[in-house]
Amino acid sequence: MNHYAAWKNTLIVLFLFILGLYALPNLYGSDLAIQISGSGNYEVNKRDLDKINDALSDNKVDFKSVSLEDKNILVRFNDSQSQLSSKVLLKDSLTRNYVIALNLAPSIPQWLSGLGGKAMSLGLDLRGGVHFLLEVDMKAVTTMAVDRYYNELRAALRKDKLYKKIRKDDGLLIVSFKSEELKNEAKKVIKKDLPDLVIAEGSEQELELGLEISASAQSAAKLGALKQNITTLRNRVNELGVAEPIIQQQGTERIVVQLPGVQDTARAKEILGAVATIEFRMVDEKNDVQTAIQSGKTPSGSKIYKFKDGRPLLLKTNVITTGENIVDASSSMDENNQPSVSIVLDSSGGRSMLDTTKEFLGYRMAVVFIENQVETVMEDGVAFKKRSKTQDIINAATIQGTFSNRFQITGLDSAREATNLALLLRAGSLSAPVEIIEERTIGPSLGADNIQKGLISVLVGFALVLIFMAWRYRVFGLVANLALTLNLVTIISILSLIQATLTLPGIAGIVLTVGMAVDANVLIFERIKEEMRTSKNIQKAISSGYEKALLTIADANITTLIASIVLFSFGTGPIKGFAVTLTIGIITSMFTAIIVSRAIINLIYGGKKVEELAI
Amino acid sequence: MSLRSLNLPVIDFVGKRKIALIFSAVLLIVSIASLGLQGLKFGIDFTGGTLIELGYEKTADLESIRSKLAAAEYDGANVQYFGSDTEVLIQLEPQATSSAKLSSSIIRMLGEGIDVRRVEFVGPKVGEELTNDGGLALLYALIGILIYVAFRFEYRFALGSIAAIVHDVIITLGVFSILQIEFDLTVLAAILAVIGYSLNDTIVVFDRIRENFLATRHIEPEPIVNEALNQTLSRTLMTSLTTLLVLFALFYLGGEVINSFAGALIIGVIIGTYSSIYVASSMILALGISKEDMLPSEKEKKEIDARP
Repeated sequence: MNHYAAWKNTLIVLFLFILGLYALPNLYGSDLAIQISGSGNYEVNKRDLDKINDALSDNKVDFKSVSLEDKNILVRFNDSQSQLSSKVLLKDSLTRNYVIALNLAPSIPQWLSGLGGKAMSLGLDLRGGVHFLLEVDMKAVTTMAVDRYYNELRAALRKDKLYKKIRKDDGLLIVSFKSEELKNEAKKVIKKDLPDLVIAEGSEQELELGLEISASAQSAAKLGALKQNITTLRNRVNELGVAEPIIQQQGTERIVVQLPGVQDTARAKEILGAVATIEFRMVDEKNDVQTAIQSGKTPSGSKIYKFKDGRPLLLKTNVITTGENIVDASSSMDENNQPSVSIVLDSSGGRSMLDTTKEFLGYRMAVVFIENQVETVMEDGVAFKKRSKTQDIINAATIQGTFSNRFQITGLDSAREATNLALLLRAGSLSAPVEIIEERTIGPSLGADNIQKGLISVLVGFALVLIFMAWRYRVFGLVANLALTLNLVTIISILSLIQATLTLPGIAGIVLTVGMAVDANVLIFERIKEEMRTSKNIQKAISSGYEKALLTIADANITTLIASIVLFSFGTGPIKGFAVTLTIGIITSMFTAIIVSRAIINLIYGGKKVEELAI
Repeated sequence: MSLRSLNLPVIDFVGKRKIALIFSAVLLIVSIASLGLQGLKFGIDFTGGTLIELGYEKTADLESIRSKLAAAEYDGANVQYFGSDTEVLIQLEPQATSSAKLSSSIIRMLGEGIDVRRVEFVGPKVGEELTNDGGLALLYALIGILIYVAFRFEYRFALGSIAAIVHDVIITLGVFSILQIEFDLTVLAAILAVIGYSLNDTIVVFDRIRENFLATRHIEPEPIVNEALNQTLSRTLMTSLTTLLVLFALFYLGGEVINSFAGALIIGVIIGTYSSIYVASSMILALGISKEDMLPSEKEKKEIDARP
């Protein structure tokens, strides 16, 4: 009685050993580091590693090591001074193919990381950083889709002159016909060429047809917009230089962006949410803008635009090229010390620019800055989205000579504006406007505070429980304490293994588990005490104490487990972090408090003649 | 050895359940009245709005911050010290135009060299969703528990445990309402943890009641329930004590952010301990639990007998 087979004990020890091993990485601190990774599809390689090594050595930088790990190059430093100066150095010596970011690199020994050992990943509330929830304006996506189908529909029906008129009406495309035959003919064409358009229910009249975009095509358009926005956001975040950013889809129209360690959140906000692009248009030199304003009639083929200071100008409606055709952009100061953006166009953009500058030599060309914004506005207690579009001429200059795909634009207000514009043009535009609907920023000082306070409260709470248990249950209390310590190790080990993110509420979950994990042992020990009152056989008391308490423990833990799983699946943010550690803690506490504590008790008392139990 | 070695209940819990009933009723009425009259002080997680926590080098001048905010016409700004007098918490109600840029412009306006410790912005729609999700989580947790307990025990036990949970949640919410402590997402998490905890306690007692019913020839439910309560009493108190120990460590050392979370749990654990002793068991007695309910029904028995 009260004896575990050797294989069972071995298994327990082995299991605990492995868990202990994977909890180990958390004991090592982390180094200040710079993380260099390839942007876009580029992957850093051994050659880059040598290049960086040389650059640092040539400049006599004091660094610890350079290594290539997991598609990243990590340069470790001894102090923050050399970390910061090296960032500037590397930024200058490397091209824009690389993302250079400050980071903390865990200093886990080789053999341990070779076994796959990783430290727990800390949440933004512990390491500092920004969490954004962005919502894509799906109404705009639908509107764009309707516009696109409008053009396609016209093109498809134009061939045989099937339609009389097509108009857009609240998401519907209403087509009118001259005759019934033409309508039926058009139906066939639509079915064949535009299967995404379906006849809206109840919209068909004698000579009219209402078409809507099918549900599947609509959701495909929305998904496409979401994916494209995620790609663009990823490019922008890379441009900002953030180590380990998270950019994820959440639900059908939202994107989570997490930027650990970002200090300048104002800039991050400006860059992430911006839907800005530029267009190049010719100035309408034949007509006078003042006459157009006074008469209220804009000459056909032209439109009135304004400079930022309000001066109006007539521009041609034909666009020469747009931001879509820009492959590279960088900001600098021009010869007059004005902020400027150097632009490189792709081949089709370059061709049309060449044609235009050849044809209109001596005429003026304007650069129009376009920004779409969406904001939530409260009116009479109801929230709705307000969309706005600003179009400003930033520059209108005479074409001095022909050029194609490389040129400079000026007329920007500040160097900051130039840098931002260059960044946005490089990273590509968002396919639909986005709005930041939630922000949670934790400054680095608060993050450090949170870690420290979390750690202290875990340790103090833990110590109090240990003292209390030892006092109350003596030898058994010590066994429970050992089980509790192992439970803590197990939780940390599993959190490290599954790389769950540890947050402050997560620490609270661990603290709570510590309090509740002893419950299983308390149940068992109280039961053993009770059994001892009725029976003189101590061995039997231990064994039936464990057995009888088992079912109760299972019932109690499963119900708590249900609650914590519900928390996990419905909760967001802080609730989720709490639920993760609570769930893991409940499961591991069953193992340590029942199986491990039993094994130890068996080793102490099992098979021996025991006169009295120290319980 | 204690008196319990003679298998005699030391405390007549069941006999005093009338007093407990009155006590609970008073707590519930006060809680519900407060919740109805002044409600909860919801944080920006639920109302939407902006929160900025700033760290100053020296003691911060709240008046100057207030006047700067008023001059810039930010409506409904609440400025207060947070933890110490070098840290300031600014809370803003949702403005006419809610955008994440608001916090940036406020920080810029207040001047250079201030340590930005925390910024939270919750759009009005998100707040509404979080409220709904939170309510749903609570509801689903209750339903899940109800099903499990009814399946493992009996429907009267399920009702008893739900009564205890509802009792605990209402009183914990009541304390938050009376003291006007801010109710945010982490407090909601705490309330859900209270559910788990309270249930844990209740289940342990129920388990013992069932065991005693099956082990004894007595028919009277009151002494059996009372005995179970006494048998589990030391465990109930021990576990509550250890849990409270760590919670007080969190409350005093965990920092401002975790403070209300720990507070909610402390209240919940105390109420939960009380309710598992008095409320849950009184409920099953009131619902008329008896020995027969613990035994397999006639039909089930036949089914068991019929098996080869």
